[in-house]
Amino acid sequence: MWQALFDEQKHLGFTVLAIAMDNAEAARPWIDAAKPDYPCLIDRDHHVADLYNLVNVPQAVWIDETGRIVRPPENAGSTDGFRAMDRTTYAMPQQVIDERNRIKSLYLNALRDWAHKGANSAHVLDANRAAARLIPKDPAIALAHAHFRLGQHLLREGHRAESQAQFAQAIALHPDSWNIWRQTAEKNPTGLAAGAEFWARVDALGDRPYHRPIDLDGVRPMA
Amino acid sequence: MITVLNEQRESRLAQASASGDALWLHRNDVESATGWSWKPEGLCQADTCVPLPRGAAGEQIVRGDSIDIAAMWQHMGHPVVHNSAGTTWVLGTGASQRAGTMASLDAPDFELPDLNGQMHRLSDYRGKKVFLATWASW
Repeated sequence: MWQALFDEQKHLGFTVLAIAMDNAEAARPWIDAAKPDYPCLIDRDHHVADLYNLVNVPQAVWIDETGRIVRPPENAGSTDGFRAMDRTTYAMPQQVIDERNRIKSLYLNALRDWAHKGANSAHVLDANRAAARLIPKDPAIALAHAHFRLGQHLLREGHRAESQAQFAQAIALHPDSWNIWRQTAEKNPTGLAAGAEFWARVDALGDRPYHRPIDLDGVRPMA
Repeated sequence: MITVLNEQRESRLAQASASGDALWLHRNDVESATGWSWKPEGLCQADTCVPLPRGAAGEQIVRGDSIDIAAMWQHMGHPVVHNSAGTTWVLGTGASQRAGTMASLDAPDFELPDLNGQMHRLSDYRGKKVFLATWASW
């Protein structure tokens, strides 16, 4: 997904570190098909989501050469355009496609700017602005991750029913996490958690976003 | 045999026992299972020691060479969950600790495998700008 960007920017002391919120078996065909040159790590227990308070994919964090977060977790250039999709033909209105492409290229251009200019990039946030974007602490989220971790372990050990009970608690405690919901939901034959339950959950968002709009110049929430 | 999951640790402990919401770990297992060592001052990690609770709660938390790590873990502000048989436990990390780490803006380190099983640490990539990006097949 990020190969072209990586090829273009890798000579600038830049790397992509891709984290699959996924089991190795599910991630393998995608990685084998894309053959990226950047590291692709497998996070079957969503440890990075727990550490960084992530709720969906794709999300990204920009980390500078010294290990400092210069852009906290945010949606990595996706839009909610898919919500306008015709659910039988999968067709999307052209203006939605155009807006999706516009946002994606804005985000990629911001990344290129950072790769070139480093700390001098206008997209690098100072400590106050970065801290203001962090999600406030929430004990329910911490507990949800513990239930999810237990559920994943029980599932691997063959205790399916008990794992499902743990997942149900995780989802109830952290309803904003699409990572937890989709990882644990029934998948269709192509491996997607995109059935009627998914759409019902998306519809239930109402005015709330599935992918939170990126806070970047030129980006506005979709009408 | 009891399995204890903490951060990315997975420990199978022959000397542990569980009863209800109590998880008794032997003194020798505490550090490898939790990253905290049990010392006279309390549970210690690097320069930090958290004293055991005082009074009646403190008396119930230690039995001989074992500590009720579930009670101590919650006393430290962390979530604890276990399966119904009490054979698998997660000693989670509390919201305050997670939020405190992020608030420092020092990217929390982690270690994960690639598809070949080779382990990578985020900190292996110091000296580069790292675009950490998540994805999934689902």
